[in-house]
Amino acid sequence: MPPRFAKFQSLIALVLMVVAMTLLSDKFLTPDNGWNILRQISVNLCLSIGMTLIILSGGIDLSVGAILALAGAVAAGVLKNGVAIPMFDALLQFTVFGAIVCGIGVGLILGWFNGFVVTRFNIPPFVATLGMFSIARGMTMLWTGGFPITGLGAGFGYPGTGVLLGVPMPVWISVVLVAAFVIITRKTRFGRYLYAVGGNERAALLTGLRVNHIKTWVYTLGGGLAGVAGLIVTSRLDSAQPNAGLGYELDSIAAVVIGGTSLSGGRGTVLGTVLGCLIIGVLNNGLFLLNVSPFWQQIIKGFVILSAVAIDKMNTNKP
Amino acid sequence: MSAHGEIILEAKGISKTFPGVKALDDVSLTLRCGHLTALLGENGAGKSTLMSIIAGVFPPDSGEVILAGTPGSFSNPREAHEAGIAMIFQELNLVSNLTVAENIFLGREPMNRFGFIDTATMNRHAAALLERLDLAVDPATSLGSLRVGQQQIVEIAKAISTDARVLIMDEPTSAITEHEIEVLFGIIGNLKRRGVAIAYITHKLEELTRIGDDAVVMRDGRIVGAAPLKDLTHSTIVNMMVGRETKKISHRASTAPGSEALRVENISLNHPDRPGDFLLRDINFDVRRGEVLGIFGLMGAGRTELLEVIFGLHPASATGSIHIDGQPATIKSPTDAIELGLALAPEDRKREGLVLGMSVAENASLACLPRLERFGFLNEAAERQLVGAAIDRFRVKTPSQKQMIRNLSGGNQQKVILGKWLATEPAVLLLDEPTRGIDVNAKGEIYTLIEELVTDGLAVIVVSSELPEILTLSDHIIVLCEGRKTAEFDRKNADEESIMNAALPKEASKMIKAK
Repeated sequence: MPPRFAKFQSLIALVLMVVAMTLLSDKFLTPDNGWNILRQISVNLCLSIGMTLIILSGGIDLSVGAILALAGAVAAGVLKNGVAIPMFDALLQFTVFGAIVCGIGVGLILGWFNGFVVTRFNIPPFVATLGMFSIARGMTMLWTGGFPITGLGAGFGYPGTGVLLGVPMPVWISVVLVAAFVIITRKTRFGRYLYAVGGNERAALLTGLRVNHIKTWVYTLGGGLAGVAGLIVTSRLDSAQPNAGLGYELDSIAAVVIGGTSLSGGRGTVLGTVLGCLIIGVLNNGLFLLNVSPFWQQIIKGFVILSAVAIDKMNTNKP
Repeated sequence: MSAHGEIILEAKGISKTFPGVKALDDVSLTLRCGHLTALLGENGAGKSTLMSIIAGVFPPDSGEVILAGTPGSFSNPREAHEAGIAMIFQELNLVSNLTVAENIFLGREPMNRFGFIDTATMNRHAAALLERLDLAVDPATSLGSLRVGQQQIVEIAKAISTDARVLIMDEPTSAITEHEIEVLFGIIGNLKRRGVAIAYITHKLEELTRIGDDAVVMRDGRIVGAAPLKDLTHSTIVNMMVGRETKKISHRASTAPGSEALRVENISLNHPDRPGDFLLRDINFDVRRGEVLGIFGLMGAGRTELLEVIFGLHPASATGSIHIDGQPATIKSPTDAIELGLALAPEDRKREGLVLGMSVAENASLACLPRLERFGFLNEAAERQLVGAAIDRFRVKTPSQKQMIRNLSGGNQQKVILGKWLATEPAVLLLDEPTRGIDVNAKGEIYTLIEELVTDGLAVIVVSSELPEILTLSDHIIVLCEGRKTAEFDRKNADEESIMNAALPKEASKMIKAK
C-alpha cells in the first residue's frame, strides 16, 4: 500500500535528522532533551491527530488553533471565576474535572459546528473553518477581555506539568490518543468509512454511507482534540493566554503533510502524522541547539514541507 | 471560397484504438464545399472519435487527413482551427464568466499597440458575427447569463470567426429549443451557401431532410453506408445503423417470473436549470423477481437519471411513487434505497463505483461493514471470508484480496462491484451500462453472471445504450426518448429496428415541455 511506503520515507528522514543532529551537537541525544522534544510536540500531536482525520476525509480545518485558545480560556475561566447565572442570582463553581469537561466540550461543539456548516450548507471546508477561526478568536477575546487568566492551581496544572512513572503527563495524553486513533482508523467501521469518503465521496454516497454524518463526526472529533490541546497548553503555563495557539493550525497541517497524508483525502495514516510531528519537533529543537536564528528555522521548515510533498508526489505519479 | 460540391476534406484509412476497444477501423470520409454530411450511428459507433481526429483533438493510429489537397493531420485543435477546421462539441466549451466577445476571441484577442486587449475592436467584430448569426445579444454581456441555445450560437460564432472552411457539429440540437433550432438551421443554410463544408452528428433523422445533403452511417467503428440523403429512406438508415449480422444469442431458458419486486409510477424529474422542463416525465414500469428489465435509450434520453431517482439521489426534484415488494417505499437517499433492498452499479465505475485508493477487499466489503463488526471493531476474519466468497462467486481474477482495485481490469472491477452489492443481499439490482469499456470476453462473463443472479430470483434492471446488450439480457424492454417512455416490448416481439425507432426523437417540436 502506498501510505506505508510514504511512512517509510518520513521514517528515513527522521532517522537521518536524528543522526545529523547527534553529530552536530552533543546536547541533542540526551534523555532530558528527548523528553523535552516529546513534551514540546505533544500539543501539536493532539491537534494533528484531529487534522489527520479531517484531511483523510477530504477536508481541512483552519480553526484548530483558535479553538485551542477558546477551550483553554473557557476551562481556566470557569475554574477561576465560575459562571454567574443572573437569573437565579447564583454563581456556579467548577471543580478541576468540571473545568476540563467544559474545555473539551467547547472544542467538540465548535468542531461540530464546523461539520454542520460544511455538510449542511455545502461550504468548502477551507472557508467554513476560516470563518470559525475568526469566530473562536473573537469569542476568546470576549471571554478573557484580552487579558490572560492566571493562577489556576496545582490540580489544574497536573495534566500539563505532572509526571507519571517518569513520563510527563502531556506525553501520556498524546500517546494514549495516538494509540486510540491508530486503532480507530485501522480497525473500526468509522475508520474505513473515513478513507472511503475521502477517497471517493460519490462512490461512498452511492454505497449507502451517510457521508454528511461521517464528516460531521470528523470535524467534531477535530474540535474535541483541539480542546484537549488547549487544556494541555493552559495547564502547563498555569495561564490561559488570549492569543494561545496562534498559527498552530499551520504546524499541524505541516505535520500531517510531512507524514505522507494526501491533502486530497483518502490516503494517509495517524502513525505517519506522528512521524511528521517528530520531524518538525526534532528540527525545531536541533536548530535551536545549534543556535540557528529563528528566522532561518522558519525558512528551513518551509523547505522541509515542500520537499516532503514533492517526494511524495514523485512517488505517487509513478505508474 | 471554393466551388460548391468540390472536395475540401478527405480522411483516408483512419484507424484508432483505445485501450480494449477498436474505435475506428480503416475509415474514409469525404466532405464537400457547401454540403452538409450527416454522420449517423448508435452510441459508440465511432462518429465522435472520427470527428475529433479530423479536428486534431487526438491523432489517428494510422491514416491521414487531407485538407484542400494538402495532407497532414493536426497535432492539436488549435492547428486545425487555424487551418480552417472548427468543431462544436456536444458539451459546450465556453467560459461562463467571460463575456460573449471574450469567449469568441479567446486566445486570439485583438491587441492595441500597447499590448493590451483592444476591447472595443473585439466587441465590434463580435457584434458583426452575432448579427450574421441573428443573435440579438450585446457582445459585452457575460456568457453565463445566456440560455443554452444562445450559448450554442456563440459557440458557432467562435467557430466561424476564423472563416472556417469545415465546420463539425456534434449533436448541436440536443440541448436547445424549437425556435433556436430554427435559427440554427437558418445559419446552417447560410454557411452552406457560402461554401462551408459541414459534418453533422445527430440522432434526429427528421432534421436532416431539411438541411442535409449526404449521409454516412457508422457502426462498430466502420462506415457501413454512404449515399446522398435523397436516396435513403428512414427505414434503410435504421437498418444500416443496427444491421449487424445478428449473433446467435444463447439466452437462458425463461423461468416463470416471480412476484413483483419493484414498481415505479409516474416518475418525473425536473430539469435543474430550466424551470418547467423535465428530464423525466411520467415513467411507469415494474420488474419481477427472476426477470431482467432492459431500459434502452440514446444519449440524453434520461436513462441514468431514472436509476438515480429510484436510488434516492434526487429527493428534492423528483416526483412519483416507488413500490418495493408491493409496499409503497419512501427513498430519500441511497442509504434508504439500500436498506429497502436496492443496489446500483453506476455507469462510471472509476468515478462513482469504486474507491480507487482502496484494495479489492475494502471495496468489496464497503456496503456491509455493519455486519462485519464485533464489539465495535471490524472482524477481519469475517471480512476475508465474505470477500473470498464474492471473489469465488464472481470469478474475480485478482492476485489477492489486498490488491489495489485500480490494478484490476475493467471487467474484474465490475465483478467486484457486483460482489459488493450481492453481499448486501439485494432484491433488485440496478445496472447502468454494466459492460461499458469492458472487452468482449469479460462482457460475456458479466452476461453469464447476470443471468445466474436472475435465475437465483433477483430482479435486475439493465440500462444500456447498446442494442445487442439489451436484446441479449432482457425479458422485457422499455425504451426512453427525451425523458419519456416511448415503447415497451416483450423479448419475443422485440427487434433492433423497432427499438431504435422508438428511441429516435420523432421531431424537434416534441421536445419535452411543461403541460
